[in-house]
Amino acid sequence: MTKKYEMTVGLEVHVELKTDTKIFCSCPTGYGAEPNTQCCPVCMGLPGALPTLNRRAVEYAIRAGIAANCSIAEYTRLDRKNYFYPDLPKAYQISQYDSPLCFDGHIDICVGGEKKRIGITRIHIEEDAGKLIHDRERGTLIDCNRCGVPLIEIVSEPDIRSAEEAKAYLKKLRSLMIYAGVSDCRMNEGALRCDVNISVKERDSERFGERCEIKNLNSFNFAAKAIEYEFRRQCELAERGETIKRETRRFEASDGKTYSMRSKESAEDYRYFPEPDIPPFSVLPDEIERIARELPRLPDQRAEQYSREYALGAYDCDIITSDMAMADYFEAAAKRTAYPKILANIMISEILGRVTQESFECPISPENLAELADMAGEGVINSSTVKKLIKRLWESDGSAREIVEREGLAQIRDRELLRELVLGVIMDNEKLVVDYKKGRTVAAKAVVGKTMSATGGRADPKILCELAEEILKSQ
Amino acid sequence: MSDILKRTLLEHARALSAGEYSAEELARAYLSRIDEKDKEIGAFLAVAEESALNAARASDKRRAEGRSLGLLDGIPIAVKDNICAKGIATTCASKMLDGYIPPYDAAAVERLRLAGAVILGKTNMDEFGMGSSCEKSAFKLTKNPIDTSRVAGGSSGGSAAAVAASFAPCALGSDTGGSVRQPAAFCGTVGMKPTYGRVSRYGLVAFASSLDCIGVISTSVADNATVLGAISGKDARDATSSDREADFDNRLDLGVSGLRIGLPKELFSDAVSDGVKSAVMSAAEIYERLGAKVFEISMPSLDMSLPAYYLISSAEASSNLARFDGVRYGCRAEKYSDINELYIRSRSEGFGDEVKRRIMLGTFALSAGYYDKYYAKAQMAEELVRRDFERAFGECDLLLSPTSPEVAFHIGEKSGSPTNMYASDICTVPASIAGIPALSLPCGADGGMPVGLQLMGRAFSESTLYRAAYALERERGRER
Repeated sequence: MTKKYEMTVGLEVHVELKTDTKIFCSCPTGYGAEPNTQCCPVCMGLPGALPTLNRRAVEYAIRAGIAANCSIAEYTRLDRKNYFYPDLPKAYQISQYDSPLCFDGHIDICVGGEKKRIGITRIHIEEDAGKLIHDRERGTLIDCNRCGVPLIEIVSEPDIRSAEEAKAYLKKLRSLMIYAGVSDCRMNEGALRCDVNISVKERDSERFGERCEIKNLNSFNFAAKAIEYEFRRQCELAERGETIKRETRRFEASDGKTYSMRSKESAEDYRYFPEPDIPPFSVLPDEIERIARELPRLPDQRAEQYSREYALGAYDCDIITSDMAMADYFEAAAKRTAYPKILANIMISEILGRVTQESFECPISPENLAELADMAGEGVINSSTVKKLIKRLWESDGSAREIVEREGLAQIRDRELLRELVLGVIMDNEKLVVDYKKGRTVAAKAVVGKTMSATGGRADPKILCELAEEILKSQ
Repeated sequence: MSDILKRTLLEHARALSAGEYSAEELARAYLSRIDEKDKEIGAFLAVAEESALNAARASDKRRAEGRSLGLLDGIPIAVKDNICAKGIATTCASKMLDGYIPPYDAAAVERLRLAGAVILGKTNMDEFGMGSSCEKSAFKLTKNPIDTSRVAGGSSGGSAAAVAASFAPCALGSDTGGSVRQPAAFCGTVGMKPTYGRVSRYGLVAFASSLDCIGVISTSVADNATVLGAISGKDARDATSSDREADFDNRLDLGVSGLRIGLPKELFSDAVSDGVKSAVMSAAEIYERLGAKVFEISMPSLDMSLPAYYLISSAEASSNLARFDGVRYGCRAEKYSDINELYIRSRSEGFGDEVKRRIMLGTFALSAGYYDKYYAKAQMAEELVRRDFERAFGECDLLLSPTSPEVAFHIGEKSGSPTNMYASDICTVPASIAGIPALSLPCGADGGMPVGLQLMGRAFSESTLYRAAYALERERGRER
């Protein structure tokens, strides 16, 4: 049933900028402090207090814009977004309404080997609200520490067509923000939050369906699950001919469903108007150029470089550049090996599984891993030895070549020696010859396997395969 | 002692310097007069006796040790109750902030304290600055010291009355649409609204952010310039504050010879009473005699000023006053069953009628579907007013008009009709919209009540305003 429909998804992502101080005052932004110890009259909205703009936050936002291929506004201003909520001390949020700092950008993602471009409508700066803590005895408590922490809001075009694409987009976006040095994107600290806008329509229809908003998803998996559930929910309603109400919903992690937050027929009126306390400001082309120059090489740039210099495939490039620390590590190691493609393979198949999602920390030095890649490339060791060595080096870093020499782990490539061993195995397992003659090619694999064990896993598997086939045929 | 209370600030400064009396004696004299007479006037909401005497003693000590801080050291000053003074209740004359004690000083108060001034207390005002008579205070009425059956003006009525009644030689007020100039005129004092951005707004409880200015009320022009100079200057905490040089009290005696003074005919319409017109024109004649070129000009966009002002200021106020929600400070309703009720009840109980009226008007003007028709239109009107002033200052150095269309009215006379009340701002609102400096000084009387003359100048031309005001003041002093 769902095949009849197509989803249209746009994502709004809020990212906390890692400036030292807040966006409109000089309070520190650090996470985890005792409640209400990082605030002042300005961020608490005390009577008479006034905001002043932290230019570092503007610079970080521009970095994010450049990383997302946006145009940067030469002249921009802040606006007030008015609404009442206990975590909003001034009862308005200073944000940007119709002159966002960055606009018209795009992020390229890789899904199932296919490249896709997701448009970025805008990126604007704004202040974060405080935190509400619900305490059974004391009621709702307000912590103003987070009030005024600088945020950027990144709004995508509704170009996303699946939960998988959404996840890829979020991962790429997160990675870009880390590369650009504007945020650590620590999900557990709420540094990156996502709202989903989703509607459905019949595949060939021109008209978009009514959309629903799912707010405040703080994990990529939850975002994907929420999209999947909501897509099914909307499809079912559409199939039954029922109208889909435009509303805000929340995702319940415990059952994977979305629930309506409030039934509101009309959108809230925020009565936006220009912020009179902060004069509009300009961003000079020189400044934008400087900021762009000071950015580290971004993932797409690096991927293009790896593909050019090292002939790495798109899939491998995508994985290696997805984390800046991993990309930096790869570059340091690739310089030192004649076999960068093998190095990439080893990193993806052996190293990636051992590091945490949050940070790429590999105890094996790039030099040592490069050496390992060289030996694999030269054929000195086989893939199972590579695995063994990685395990050893993970525990205590060292020179792979030394270990191989010392322990005699080098791959056995002596055809004569291997021929003898294969012959030996065949002699001991005559049934295998019979099976092979009957056409069971799995018998050859068994010969290879037994011979490999006999060598303690050190035989060159390619040679073994060749010899096994040759000898079995000749029997 | 009561004679010395009629002295100007600069006369006190000389006397303190000469050792004629101490700062403590001076403070006590004013405090004692306040104690005796303020029940008749109602200028003060809070008198900070202990901290004032401490500050006065500290001043005397400094002087004795040869470390005097200058002209303002030991000088008593009153501060309007919407300007934060650390440790003293700041209520903005509203139940909403009853008992609220700010944890910080406004920039202007900080500078006064650094100059050694003695803060006597906080003065009454129309609630949150919304009013032109001081009848909209939630706590008390301030009467005009010259005729207590009449209003003191607003919204800085308490500050103007305090100076007129000799409760302080000088007072700070705030002016958004005329709130320093009009009460200054009604009470026969000098009142200056400086250029927008001259004085930091940090610590001034916001009413209309793009219009609010802290101003000075005094008995003499020279006093006014001295205090304004002390509180002016760039403040990193106010992004709209200016770093222009602030030396106003130099060369007050330059005279007006050669100055071109324009009289915008739109501000001399039939709305202005004959008595006021006559007093203002006499002053214009004096300027002519003193060598200024005085002529009529036309500024047709001024007619748009009043509606534009009320729309913009109400819109900004509706946003600025939203923080008063009963959650973190100020008045919170006793009974509520959820957050919405907490908001609704606290704000309904805490705000007076006029404040509610303006919040509703302002919210409406900003609301979806109406923004373009009202707020955006009002902004365009403001721009036309600004351009009109630019043009006028091409032909003139100063503009002259009445400060208010009439003298202080009787208590209760206008409180029936809000729009009648708003109309008393027609002369003062244009300068607020243009962000230019404007000063009111006494120029005569009408039926025994003082008439105020308004002088307006280009942005940052306070020196010219003071110089022209000083010339009139001196001339009128000679005539008397």
